Amino acid sequence: MRKTDSSAPAGIVTLAMRWSNFQRRYAPYIFISPFFILFLIFGLYPTLFSLYISFQSWTPSDGWGRWKFVGLENYTFTLTDPMFWRSMWNTVWLGIFSGLPQHLIAIPLAFVIHMVLGRFKTLVTAIYFLPYITSSVAIALIFNTLFATNNGVINLVIGQLNTWPVLGWFLPDENINWFLNSTIKYGIALVVVWQFTGWNTLLYLSAIQAIPKDLYEAAAVDGANRYQQFRYITLPLLRPMMFFAVSLTIIGNMQLFEQPFVLLNGGTSAATQGGQTAAMYMYRTAFEWLDMGTAASIAWVLFIFIGILTYLNNLIFGRTVRGEV
Amino acid sequence: MPESFKKTSLGGLLIRIGGYILLALGGVATLAPFYFMFVFATHQRSEIFGFPPPTWFGEHFWTNYQILVQKIPFWRAYWNNLYLALMTTIPSLFFCSLAGYAFAMYEFRWRERLFGVVMATLLVPAILNLIPFYLLIYQVGWINQPKALWVPAMAGAVGIFMMRQYILSSIPKELIDAARIDGCSEFQIYWRIVLPLIRPALGTLGLITFIGSWNRFADVNVIMRTQETKTLPVVLRTLQGATDVEWGAIMAGTALLVLPLLLAFALAARQLMEGLTAGAVKS
Repeated sequence: MRKTDSSAPAGIVTLAMRWSNFQRRYAPYIFISPFFILFLIFGLYPTLFSLYISFQSWTPSDGWGRWKFVGLENYTFTLTDPMFWRSMWNTVWLGIFSGLPQHLIAIPLAFVIHMVLGRFKTLVTAIYFLPYITSSVAIALIFNTLFATNNGVINLVIGQLNTWPVLGWFLPDENINWFLNSTIKYGIALVVVWQFTGWNTLLYLSAIQAIPKDLYEAAAVDGANRYQQFRYITLPLLRPMMFFAVSLTIIGNMQLFEQPFVLLNGGTSAATQGGQTAAMYMYRTAFEWLDMGTAASIAWVLFIFIGILTYLNNLIFGRTVRGEV
Repeated sequence: MPESFKKTSLGGLLIRIGGYILLALGGVATLAPFYFMFVFATHQRSEIFGFPPPTWFGEHFWTNYQILVQKIPFWRAYWNNLYLALMTTIPSLFFCSLAGYAFAMYEFRWRERLFGVVMATLLVPAILNLIPFYLLIYQVGWINQPKALWVPAMAGAVGIFMMRQYILSSIPKELIDAARIDGCSEFQIYWRIVLPLIRPALGTLGLITFIGSWNRFADVNVIMRTQETKTLPVVLRTLQGATDVEWGAIMAGTALLVLPLLLAFALAARQLMEGLTAGAVKS
């Protein structure tokens, strides 16, 4: 009421208006400040600090502040460390084999859900989505029991499928020991695919539902069958969502930690070398071997690697997306 | 459903049936691990790895439960989980909606750039911050203190983005202007007008934040060093480390960890899924 109250003395009116203008001008900065304060303290500062410690040697028993400058030593150690490269290889392998199937399953799955389901669409999507909201630790613990070599549920299912025609040719005749250097990656990939396919299905379904129906109708009038509709309407229009979903998968898979960490029993499993990711190797360097400087250098090498991948994804995928939209 | 998918055509019918079978198989594969988790929670270790493995509920849930509460401070960890989730969620709702409101409804200098910074934080792989974050917490002496985990998570970028999108699409600017003319202060506009109107989005964000905190592991595992301060996922993991692992007990604990989220999801699945994809479709 202050502004419109014409009976008030002129001085008070201008003062009130000034206050009103002042708070209107600065309110947005105050409203967004909690994010930026927290980001500076807990986001940016630690990041810069980790760059600093990646050039230092320090372990907690040295005492706080007793850093020792070692130049590029941490980086040269990391980049010539066979264990590190093995973990990078595992990361890339898992990135592909736990990433690609998610999308190869999710896209057709979303299309089928959209095509054949009416009333139960939400229910079915919710079921597929369930693993996404479940704790990765819980999931890895569950699969740890399912992966048992003798009488494990997964091996029994594979044994059953082995008796089927065609499919049986591709499956081993003996029980798989999932906890070997040579096999653990397949197990981890299976867990990750199981956990995140539903999330991608949800993303693709929401994008498919946004495609106008008349496009399909027009194509049907022109005699396009269902496969052709999928191939020439759905797929091209899904491109922007593919870019988004694949970007999320890259960032997520390159820092895969909890699933391998639990399946490898925190790094005490005999299959640790075969399954540990770069993120897990970094973690163990820092908190098992307490070598913070080297761990920080691993983090930065991984960070740069993820940056390059994201850039390439933008270059290859992002350009075509922007070209079409 | 597209016009070409009339139930009457034979080809359409066959594809439908094929689709149903495919979806059913996928659904079984998705639900089976959950089912076995609950089944194994009621069996002893020897039964779980015997032949055939149990496919129906047994009678050893209480045995497993006894092992669980004896080996780890189970309910203490449960409470820690709940505490962390609530202490993250409640401030998040306030700070994210406040910032989201500012980005949606105000014109101010550097607005786009500052919002760009918010979104860019989403692209930084979180695990890479683990070591310096630990060192920072170590430096300020917050090791073993829950605030080390919830204070940094009070104003996340996802929440700010969600709130901004929802406010942009649901609140007309005229309403804000009208309130201003009526003499509301800027904070009063947010508190009395915006907040009541965005309740559905707050519910969704609350659920997402709660689930995220409930499932946290890597950083909790590093910051919380004593059994009394650990959350449930962290303390369950320690059971796995011992020899003669009590898998029945671990599955019982896992089931109790997962159950509340399954129930919450059953009640609000649609709302949650719509909230999570609302931003993705537009961008």
